[in-house]
Amino acid sequence: MEYRQAKTGKLMIEILPDRCDFCGCCVGVCPEDAIELKEAEIFIIDPRCTNCAKCVWSCPIEVIKFNKNGIPK
Amino acid sequence: MQKEYDVIVVGAGPAGSMAARFAAEKGVSVLMLEKDRDVGYPVRCGEAISKAGVEEFIQSDDKWIAARISKFSFNAPDGSEVIIEFGEAGYVLERRIFDYELARTAADAGADILTRAYVNGLLFDDDGKVSGVKYEYHGEQKEIKCKVVIAADGVESRVGRWAGLKTHIDFRDMESAVQITAANIPVDQNTLYFFFGKNVAPNGYFWIFPKGHNKANIGLGISGIIGKKKSAQSFLDDFMNKHYPNAPILTKIAGGVPCSITLDKISAPGIMLVGDAARQVNPLSGGGIASGMIGGSIAGRIAAEAILMNKLDHILTYDKAWSDRLGKRHEIFNRIKEGIYNFSDEKFNSIAHSLLKIPIEKRTLGRVFSVALWNNPSLLLDIAKVFVI
Repeated sequence: MEYRQAKTGKLMIEILPDRCDFCGCCVGVCPEDAIELKEAEIFIIDPRCTNCAKCVWSCPIEVIKFNKNGIPK
Repeated sequence: MQKEYDVIVVGAGPAGSMAARFAAEKGVSVLMLEKDRDVGYPVRCGEAISKAGVEEFIQSDDKWIAARISKFSFNAPDGSEVIIEFGEAGYVLERRIFDYELARTAADAGADILTRAYVNGLLFDDDGKVSGVKYEYHGEQKEIKCKVVIAADGVESRVGRWAGLKTHIDFRDMESAVQITAANIPVDQNTLYFFFGKNVAPNGYFWIFPKGHNKANIGLGISGIIGKKKSAQSFLDDFMNKHYPNAPILTKIAGGVPCSITLDKISAPGIMLVGDAARQVNPLSGGGIASGMIGGSIAGRIAAEAILMNKLDHILTYDKAWSDRLGKRHEIFNRIKEGIYNFSDEKFNSIAHSLLKIPIEKRTLGRVFSVALWNNPSLLLDIAKVFVI
């Protein structure tokens, strides 16, 4: 299995775009500017992410998940 | 649209619109870029504001006033309700109309406005000064130069980062919020309701703000510390299932409220930050409309002055101007917030019981805070400062 690569190894953060409200909480708390957010489009900039999970904790509607096994490509 | 502008404002919320307006009123050229299709929509806000906060900038108008507020209701975990009466103290807004009108005042002053323009980078001159923005419009990547960028890009606050300012907020200070606008909520239409306690909104508060005809904004914000264990959404579901299980839902929205002191630096060569992007929210109440408009107006005025004097360093005086007007006060509010948010349910209950002994005509916000902080003497000094300043 091939995995998406974060700055610190395997990427373990996953945003579920179909359920996202594009509110920007996660972007505001991200220390690495690793989340791109447009009007109705959101994604992680993999090589910047450090898997710190602050975005997971600050999402008001549980749309960001932490998966320690890594996110497949 | 011009090829170059004196000022480019990124984001067309209340702070951005006031920055654009106050700069344009001084006669400099202004372009305001908004990433979404509409100015003022989607609304990520509880929409409550004081009357004074509005009227500093725009005459009150029924078309964007959903409810007129004359009472606060504070609700303790054991159900004790403390009501405080004011005169007509404030409004619950219809922000999708209000924001539109604010942007219109910027346009009246001469600002150009473009929606669906997504700013995704900055331009710099040889000295490292910000000298314009890169943006995506109709699928095309574009650039436009200016003398000053005013970043009003909201809770995300990425534009400032690209200029080297530290804008990301500690996840503990981010109040993650979720709100519904529901119908058939039979609460008093002139009262803002606040609920406290570990079951409804630990390290934050839960609100019901009326919007007229028994519609209401119902929501809460919680710190990321709490969100680690239970999400804002889950708290909202619990409340609605208990109190209004069959309420029709007209809107549901998520949002983040940066409840901290203002950033250390809110200007740098060629760039100024305003509103949520500068963390200019009142950290105690989470209210950011009025303070954002104030921040925006100061920044817009100073940017225009700098351009007219041909002395761009002048924009660096913005930090102090903001600090003197509201920034210092927010530092005190932040200390009070930290005191209150750590209260146990028992403490909230005992405070409510003490307040209920004060006759309603003698209850003021000042007395509420004094009683609330009776058990926390170190904060009394801070309280005193709030009411002296």
